[in-house]
Amino acid sequence: MAVLVVADHDNVALKDNTNKTVTAALALSSDVDVLVAGQGVAGVAALAAKITGVRKVLTAESDALGKQIAEAMSACLTPLMANYDAVLVPATSAGKNFAPRIAALLDVAPISEIIQVVDPNTFVRPIYAGNALETVQSSDAKKVITVRATAFKAAEEGGSATIEAVDPGAGAPKTRFVADEIVKSDRPELAAAKIVVSGGRAMGSAEEFHRVIEPLADKLGAAVGASRAAVDAGYAPNDYQVGQTGKVVAPQLYIAIGISGAIQHLAGMKDSKVIVAINKDADAPIFQVADYGLVADYKGAVPELMDALTAAGL
Amino acid sequence: MKILVPVKRVIDYNVKARVKSDQTGVDLANVKMSMNPFCEIAVEEAIRIKEKGGAEEIVAVSIGPIQAQETIRTALAMGADRGILIQTDADPEPLEVAKLLKAVALAEQPGLILMGKQAIDGDNNAVGQMLSALLDWPQATFASKVELAGSTVKVTREVDGGLQTLELDLPAVVTADLRLNEPRYASLPNIMKAKKKTIDIKTADDFGGLAAGHLKVAKVTEPPKRVAGVKVENAAELVAKLKTEAGVL
Repeated sequence: MAVLVVADHDNVALKDNTNKTVTAALALSSDVDVLVAGQGVAGVAALAAKITGVRKVLTAESDALGKQIAEAMSACLTPLMANYDAVLVPATSAGKNFAPRIAALLDVAPISEIIQVVDPNTFVRPIYAGNALETVQSSDAKKVITVRATAFKAAEEGGSATIEAVDPGAGAPKTRFVADEIVKSDRPELAAAKIVVSGGRAMGSAEEFHRVIEPLADKLGAAVGASRAAVDAGYAPNDYQVGQTGKVVAPQLYIAIGISGAIQHLAGMKDSKVIVAINKDADAPIFQVADYGLVADYKGAVPELMDALTAAGL
Repeated sequence: MKILVPVKRVIDYNVKARVKSDQTGVDLANVKMSMNPFCEIAVEEAIRIKEKGGAEEIVAVSIGPIQAQETIRTALAMGADRGILIQTDADPEPLEVAKLLKAVALAEQPGLILMGKQAIDGDNNAVGQMLSALLDWPQATFASKVELAGSTVKVTREVDGGLQTLELDLPAVVTADLRLNEPRYASLPNIMKAKKKTIDIKTADDFGGLAAGHLKVAKVTEPPKRVAGVKVENAAELVAKLKTEAGVL
């Protein structure tokens, strides 16, 4: 069988989610191709061609693909599926947006956010906000799958796949791109960061969130996250949100500050390698999943942590 | 214009789902059920559009057991005008749901379908996108702002790293994200009024039938539990442990 992986990129850089999705694809088949659909993606395609295990890189270019417009993505991908038995898409906001369309057009059942490939027909995926894991067997000859990238190791570089242009498809005639408001940040991306520092409702205000969480994140070279409670209260923007309704992260180190640990938040970070919780409430549920807990008011604890990091040479 | 709002009856979002000991699924016996929170946001948005004069009628449709009438009734109490229940005790997959909703859309001819981005039980996040593809209507998922303007709708979407704004020709499918609005509580007079509104009870056969699913659930298990670690006394001890014991600094 042959498997197509759809690259996650911003027309300039190839995202690590692609390498992780290639790993998931290699569990299905050794014939793995990567599609880079976008605009001006020669550089991205060259990077994708270096991923070990990739047989061929396909490129498709148009304005609408450059903006990852869902209708354009499915119009490009659906005909390509004549040559593939499965398509694997990183479960990013863009991937979740277009992947189910391909399934509908192929008349197959999409399989969302898999975290494990049991065999080429059987997959594990979280349901009920991660409170249960479902093992599903697909009877479809062609499979459309989104992949929770944090559950897979990134495929290494070292390959030299060929690159070939394909038809970009009919675009999105009924949908027009108006504007992007992408927040520019020097910090690492939340979903890919090695360290994440997150703040919760205890911060009390947006000013306090900036004052407390951001310097600590910058000292550690970390991404900034937030609980849904902090986002709902307006202390942090929505794209900081970690949890079932936000982003799912699995960094090496997750530091939760003033976060109680609601189920929906835990669903987004419980696969982190090491979890640190700082909370003045010793009974907060976050301590039940934390490897290291510090029962203290963040107002004193975070400055002390900054000093201790400095003292440790960081 | 008519707005069609699909709504789903799911486990209440405040209730922790528990896996059945025989691993066949999640235990829903004697568990509080409610309207899926994202569906509630979609209903609210439809009502706000109607209140601003952008729509004349809101039709809430649900696919599920007879008790899903209560979910439709909630939408009617919030302000939807009438309901359609496609009664089935099966738990149809997103593909089958999208096909039934397509048939409803072709019968009802709405100008806009507003629905939740995902249901909090299956967490598939797929039906809106599939419905858009099957109808060949444009789509905007994860909406945080919806502005109607004549024969088009402008939708601001939550995407990784920020926001994207699209303009779609109507009819279109829009799925709601969390921050689109805060749904209202139904007032007692409106709850009383909703009892008089019509809910048509139909079967899947009225809308082209319900095909067998493509997926078989082999088992449902509990996720591996993390065990609580240790409490540290102060920040210095924390940094020391992170450096030497955990090796993550």
